[in-house]
Amino acid sequence: MNGLLNWIEQRIPMMRVANMHAIQYPAPVNMNFWYVFGFLATIVLVNQIVTGIWLTMNFEPSAERAFASVEYIMREVDYGWLIRYMHSTGASAFFIVVYMHMFRGMIYGSYQKPRELLWVFGMLIYLALMAEAFMGYVLPWGQMSYWGAQVIVSLFSAIPVIGPDLVIWIQGDYVISGATLNRFFALHVIALPLVIVILVFLHIIALHEVGSNNPDGIAIKHKKGSLAEEDKTPYEIHEYYTSKYDIANDVVPFFPHIVLKDLVAFSIFLAGFAYVLFFAPEMGGKFLEHPNFEIANPLKTPEHIFPVWYFTPFYAILKAVPDKLFGVLAMFGAIAALFAMPWLDRGTVRSWRYRCGLHKWNLIVFAIVFIFLGYLGGTPQENWKIIASQIATVMYFGFFGLLWIYSKNEKTKPVPERITK
Amino acid sequence: MSNVSNDANESATNEQPQSTNRRKFLTVATSVIGGIGAAGAAVPFVASWNPSAKAKAAGADVEVDISGIAPGQLIRVMWRSKPVWIVRRTPELLASLEGVEGDLRDPNSENEQQPAYAKNRYRSIKEEYLVLVGICTHLGCSPQHLTDGAFSEYAEGVPEGFFCPCHGSKFDMAGRVFKAVPAPLNLVVPPHQFLSDTTVLIGSDA
Repeated sequence: MNGLLNWIEQRIPMMRVANMHAIQYPAPVNMNFWYVFGFLATIVLVNQIVTGIWLTMNFEPSAERAFASVEYIMREVDYGWLIRYMHSTGASAFFIVVYMHMFRGMIYGSYQKPRELLWVFGMLIYLALMAEAFMGYVLPWGQMSYWGAQVIVSLFSAIPVIGPDLVIWIQGDYVISGATLNRFFALHVIALPLVIVILVFLHIIALHEVGSNNPDGIAIKHKKGSLAEEDKTPYEIHEYYTSKYDIANDVVPFFPHIVLKDLVAFSIFLAGFAYVLFFAPEMGGKFLEHPNFEIANPLKTPEHIFPVWYFTPFYAILKAVPDKLFGVLAMFGAIAALFAMPWLDRGTVRSWRYRCGLHKWNLIVFAIVFIFLGYLGGTPQENWKIIASQIATVMYFGFFGLLWIYSKNEKTKPVPERITK
Repeated sequence: MSNVSNDANESATNEQPQSTNRRKFLTVATSVIGGIGAAGAAVPFVASWNPSAKAKAAGADVEVDISGIAPGQLIRVMWRSKPVWIVRRTPELLASLEGVEGDLRDPNSENEQQPAYAKNRYRSIKEEYLVLVGICTHLGCSPQHLTDGAFSEYAEGVPEGFFCPCHGSKFDMAGRVFKAVPAPLNLVVPPHQFLSDTTVLIGSDA
C-alpha cells in the first residue's frame, strides 16, 4: 500500500497538496459558527452540480418543450421531483449561506489587507452566482421565468447608444424567445458553472496564501524568528507555512478539528434544508414563485413581477430611483460598492470587537436595511414603499460613505498580540 | 557538465544588448499578430448571438399601404406576431382628444410607451394616422375599437375609444389609458415611419 502511495506521490503530488491545503492547514483556534458558511457553500455547490447534471438528462431546452419537460420531471421521472427540488432549494440555500459568509467577512474585517483579492474573488463568485441563478430561473419557461427575463434583460436597454441593439444581441431575437432560452441553458449548464468552479479554486488558493482571518482579526502568522519556541504551535503544520512564518500556538490543523466542526454545522444545515425540501419546497412562493406554474405567455404580463428573494434588495434599489438609467446605475453601484470594501474601509483594525461603537451599529443597520430592501423589492409597490425604498437606498450607500469617513481616524480598542494570550 | 552550462550562460550574457531588442520586437510583433488573430476568431462567436435568419424573417418590418383607409376606419396588421392597429382619425376626433385629458392617467405620455417622435397629444407622427400595438397593457388581451357613441357607455361623453373586454380597461383614441382601470400604462406605439404619403413601415424608424 505504502509502496503504491509512494509510486503515485513521485508522479503527482497528491499527498503534498492534501497536506498543504486540507490536513495540515493552520486554522485559528477561535473560529466560531460564522466560519462554517464557506464549507456549506462548497457543499451546496456540489449539490447544484450533481442535481443539475441529473436534471439536464430530462430537461428539453426549447420554448415549446421546456415547461412540459419540467412537468415531466416532476410527475413521471422516478425521484425527478426530489432532484428538481434539491436543485431549486439549493439555489436559495446557496444565497443564504453566501450572504452569511459575506456578512462574516464584513464584521471581522476579512476583506482588509492582505485579503483584498480574496474578497474580490469572493465577490466575483457572487456575481457569477447571480448570473447563474437568473439564467437557471428562466429555464422552466413559466410566466415569471419569461417576464423576469424580460425585466432583467431590458435593464441593458438603459445603456446609452448601444443599449437597444445590445438587448437584441443578448436575446438573439426581437423578444425573449426560444433562442434566448437555449443560450441561457448553455450558459447555465456549461459556461457559468465552469467559471464558478475556477473562481472557487482561486478563492481557496488566495485564502491559503494569506491565511484565514478569525473573530479577533489577529494574525496567527508571525515574522520568522519572532516567536519563542514555546509560543509556536505544537501541531504538525505543513512546512509551506512554517518555512515562511512562525505559526503561533493559536492554531489547530484543519483536519480533523475544523472539518469536524464544519460537519456538525453541515448536519444542522441539512436538517433545515431537508425540512424545506420536503415540506415547503416553494417556500410560500418565495423560492418558486406562483406565476411560474403557468407556461410563459408573451401576451400576458403577470400582475406583479418580482425576482426571486435573493435579488429583491437590488430590485428595490432599481425601483427606488425614478430614472431608468440612474436606477440601473444605482443597482450595479450597490454591488460595486461591496467590491470596493477593502478600499472604502481605511481602518487597520479588522474585527468589530475592537473597532468603534459606530462601526458596530453601522454594520447592524446595514444588515437590517439590506433585509428591509429585500422585503420592499419582493412585495407589490405602494406609495409608502416608494419613499421607504428611497430612504433605505440612501442608507445602503450611507453605510459605505460613513465607513469611509470614520475609518480614517477611528478610535479603536487595543488589539491583543495573540489570540490565546 | 557545469562547465558547459557556465559557457552557455556567459555567451547569453555577452549577446544580451543585441538580442533583447530583437527579442522585444519579436515578442511585440507576435503578440499583435496573435491578438488580431484572436479578435478575428472571436467574431463568429459574438456574431452567432445575433438573431438568426429565421428570427430576422419572423421579426421583419411590415410595410403597409394606407391609401385605402377611409376616415375613421381602423385596419389591423400583424407585426412580430402582435396585432398592430392603424387608425385614420377624423379632424373632429383629433379636436376631441384634448377634452378627455382630465380623465387620463398619463395624458402627456410621460411613461416610455412610445418612441420620442410620438410623445405628443396625438401619440403619432402624422396627427391623422394613429399606429398602436393592439395589446392591453394590463394582461395582454386585445381591446375593441368602439365607435359611434358605443364607447360612451363606458366613458361618459366620449363617443369613441378602445375598450378591453377582459377587465374593462379603457383607452382614448390616442391609446392613452383612463384613470381607475386595471391597465397601468398607455398602449404601446411601435417604432414606425412614413416611407411616402401612402405607405407606412412598422418596425423601424431609422
